[in-house]
Amino acid sequence: MLRDITLGQYYETKSKLHELDPRTKLVGTLIYLISLFMFTNAYVYIFAASFLLLCVLISRIPPTYMIKGMKPVIFLLVFTLFLNMLFTPGEVIFTFWKINITKEGVKQALYMGARLTLLIMGSNMMTLTTTPTRLTNGLERLMGPLKLIKLPVHEIAMMMSIALRFIPILMDETDRIMKAQLARGADFESGNLIKKAKSLVPVLVPLFISAFRRANDLAMAMEARCYHGGKGRTQMKPLKYRPADLLAYLVLILYMTAVVLIGKYL
Amino acid sequence: MGIIDINKVTYEYIRRDEDGNVEGITTAVNGVSLNVKAGEFIAILGHNGSGKSTLAKHINALLVPEEGSVIVDGMDTADEDKTLSIRQTAGMVFQNPDNQIIGQIVEEDVGFGPENMGVPTKEIWERVEESLRTVGMYEYRKKSPNKLSGGQKQRVSIASVIAMHPKCIVFDEPTAMLDPKGRREVIRAARALNDVENITIILITHYMEEAIYADRIFVMEEGSVVMQGTPETVFSQVDMLKSYRLDVPEVTELAWELKKAGVPIKFPILTREELKEELIRLGKR
Repeated sequence: MLRDITLGQYYETKSKLHELDPRTKLVGTLIYLISLFMFTNAYVYIFAASFLLLCVLISRIPPTYMIKGMKPVIFLLVFTLFLNMLFTPGEVIFTFWKINITKEGVKQALYMGARLTLLIMGSNMMTLTTTPTRLTNGLERLMGPLKLIKLPVHEIAMMMSIALRFIPILMDETDRIMKAQLARGADFESGNLIKKAKSLVPVLVPLFISAFRRANDLAMAMEARCYHGGKGRTQMKPLKYRPADLLAYLVLILYMTAVVLIGKYL
Repeated sequence: MGIIDINKVTYEYIRRDEDGNVEGITTAVNGVSLNVKAGEFIAILGHNGSGKSTLAKHINALLVPEEGSVIVDGMDTADEDKTLSIRQTAGMVFQNPDNQIIGQIVEEDVGFGPENMGVPTKEIWERVEESLRTVGMYEYRKKSPNKLSGGQKQRVSIASVIAMHPKCIVFDEPTAMLDPKGRREVIRAARALNDVENITIILITHYMEEAIYADRIFVMEEGSVVMQGTPETVFSQVDMLKSYRLDVPEVTELAWELKKAGVPIKFPILTREELKEELIRLGKR
């Protein structure tokens, strides 16, 4: 049950987008997200949506898969739209009981919906086409300059990649502990939300203890294999920019210019 | 002078209460001396809490002895400047296969050690390929470790150690969490490394069947070495082993019972083939 989360998981296939350097994709995603917040303009959103569609086509990820990935956030999306619709004052077009739906509200909700959907899909695009290892690797390189202000960049990247490696293991463990407790008569299903949350405490305690034990073992195994931080370390898969990355950066610049032009003059 | 020279090592675990006062002291290793020659296959036996794992961690400089000294290939483990080269000389494979794999893909995990040592990228790839082929896991190099069986994970762990080109590998109960099939895979890999690559192997285990291939066996009890010798000499002392709450291999036990019952069988017998031949010989008479 815990494993149905498809949001942001790597989708394996061969495409030009998969092959891009993770740094390019990280910067690209950032630019895309910024472009969504620069203007509240329907044309900009249409342009951003078509750019995303183009990316989806290049990435060879089935569009249905992308849409399926939105499932977990649909509730959040609907909720935000609903609130926006209800609480924006303006010209009333529809009254129901004591609630007024305004023209501005509908407009605001539509903009917000488009922005959120594109935002989530855009960042999904990055995680779907990049393996977690390459992603952390890219992040480490991009944050490299922050080492100057004493930020432990290598350590943060290492922590991220270890966390990613242990997520499935800890999920299995949670499943096992829950089953063991179910077998002894524990009840995770009935009662209200507070009662349900309370019944999870006996699951969390052994889970934490086991996580600490694993961390201890892993630290020892890493030390045994000469791990001593990022100093003097070489890389098995060093990142290298290729001509395709240059092209991608050019496309990004063109995209941003187009967004600014559309936002200003349309 | 051997590759590993353990000299009167003592190590204590000190338990403290919440205020930091000493509550009790457990002497895990008590004055152990042990000498391993290059290319040897050593087995250390003992039940839980006998101090064998604590001793193993000394060889890799994960623990430093409180008394005595551990010399690995001429380097003292107490010398902090040598820690990294000691860890490269003496690799270690641990018990839990899940908790020692760092990479998210098999090949990345094998590359982790050489990366730490600062090996150039091109050579890392060569080492990864070579060590994965040695343990027969090359076809799985792109797989996630989570999708492998226990025995396969341990073989990846072995490959990860080989990629560092060690002279000696310490196996700390590598089969304790595996099924019989996985156990066979791991022991076969360990023996192959000893035979083919001439790597010194120190196998810590409580499965007697795994110890019969060793050149020498050490039996530990309450932090001390209580028995040592070739498998033949150690396993022929069945009563003594039992007093340390250890079993002998099933085959040896059967031969022992037959001998006690008055059958003129040769003793000790360690392998199934040996027993078969001996029984056929007895049957012919």
